[in-house]
Amino acid sequence: MARRFDFQYYCSEGFHSIFTHGFMSFAAVCMIVACLLIMGSFSLVAVNLNHMLGDLEDDNLFLAYVDESYTEEEARALQSQIEAVPNVGQVAFVTRAEALDDFRAGREDNPLLADLPDEVLRDRFEIHVDDIEQLQATSEQVDEITGIADVNAAYDIAQGFVMVRNIAAGVAIVLVTMLAVVSLFIIANTIKLAFFYRREEIAIMKMCGATNAFIRWPFVVEGMILGMTGALVAFFAQWGIYELVSKAIIQNNGLSLITVLPFTSLAWQFLLVFIVAGLLIGVVGSVLAIRKFLQV
Amino acid sequence: MIRFIDVYKEYDNGTKALKGINLRIDDGEFVFLVGPSGSGKSTIIKLITGEIGLTEGKLMVNGYSLNNISPRQVPLMRRTLGIIFQDFRLIDKKTVYENLSFAMRAIGASPRDVKRRIPYVLQLVGLEHKADRYPGQLSGGEQQRVAIARALVNNPNMIIADEPTGNLDPHRSLEIMMLLERINDLGTTVLVVTHEKSLVNRFTKRVVAIEDGRIINDETGGYYNGEKV
Repeated sequence: MARRFDFQYYCSEGFHSIFTHGFMSFAAVCMIVACLLIMGSFSLVAVNLNHMLGDLEDDNLFLAYVDESYTEEEARALQSQIEAVPNVGQVAFVTRAEALDDFRAGREDNPLLADLPDEVLRDRFEIHVDDIEQLQATSEQVDEITGIADVNAAYDIAQGFVMVRNIAAGVAIVLVTMLAVVSLFIIANTIKLAFFYRREEIAIMKMCGATNAFIRWPFVVEGMILGMTGALVAFFAQWGIYELVSKAIIQNNGLSLITVLPFTSLAWQFLLVFIVAGLLIGVVGSVLAIRKFLQV
Repeated sequence: MIRFIDVYKEYDNGTKALKGINLRIDDGEFVFLVGPSGSGKSTIIKLITGEIGLTEGKLMVNGYSLNNISPRQVPLMRRTLGIIFQDFRLIDKKTVYENLSFAMRAIGASPRDVKRRIPYVLQLVGLEHKADRYPGQLSGGEQQRVAIARALVNNPNMIIADEPTGNLDPHRSLEIMMLLERINDLGTTVLVVTHEKSLVNRFTKRVVAIEDGRIINDETGGYYNGEKV
């Protein structure tokens, strides 16, 4: 006669309980939405910063100047040593003549540059790095190669971006943790209230021989529904807010210094993370709330 | 079958509720458990239902040893019991039918079993025409009949009625007791906890008297005078 898992019953009881405690359910969903929105906003900032940093890393190169006493052939021979340095990506050799041409480009009207001899500049290597955070260490290692007279790298810009990225990630982690705990607390209280409201029914169920799992499941379902609802609301709210903010940034971004990723390119990942986070908050909150009530 | 062997119960606050209880209730019996307030009747019920654990001795309930029963087995043991309370403990916002189906669903009965079983049990307690009523629309006697139906609906081996007539007038009390007797005639063991001597003395049943945590009398066809037996 007994069935092990009455899914229909658990769902109907879970849904029913949400509407019975409408206000607390609403508060719990709002809390989850707030938590996920803040978590999502910081994550979006971090993702965009990361993307911009990636662009910068792609463009980021430092120059290694070859000793003036080296002939072009001797200078070219240094490339293999440079490529052997860890974190060095693409390496391009630029002769002093090419460097001067580059320098003159766009300055054709300047008579002072017209008669400059090639020897004014040195042969050089344009060196890309794989990890911008190690720019300084890499450039110093290249500088130590015999035949390299000097290096020129923009450490400050690289360090600035890295710092901004790390701060954003740190703040996001702290805020998300705090909000997750608050959401868990609110969900737990919502479920506790539902449990308190139904304590007579639960006492009767226990006296009839209901198992703890049977009593627990409707509350877990309730937590899951609240978590899922919060996740979906937060996702669409996040989408709307992101579109508004990115539109404003693009309109006021005269120098095109800031690039914004389209939300659609991140939508699936965000939806998945929101749903998993919402479900986790809901289920863990429910289980924590009813654990001690089931010991009789 | 219930078997108490030299059972002692001492609560955390030091109260010694039971002091060496030896009691055997066989299948099919009808037993009155009588005694004044604070004598230990409720403690015996709580021990049988697994609400509390015993301090010393041995206790068997319908094949389960409550000395070393695991938490997972407690619900299974409770399914062999049907419990009736003095205050009925019905769910006000559910109809009579829903109160019964709720008890059946609690142990995982299928909707088909629920539909088949409830009309039979309601007929047994004489409430087949009141299935759609809410508890608030019923008299005290009818509410207690619903509680009896709920206790019976999962087909337990034993019915335990804790002061089932405490909230009823003498006429309704007699009706309830006669209903329990009828249920006993159908083969279910019945244990009635009460201190209503007039009611006990109208039936020729086994009477177990308890006082100050000890059984002071155990006699079939016994008589209860409310003081010393």
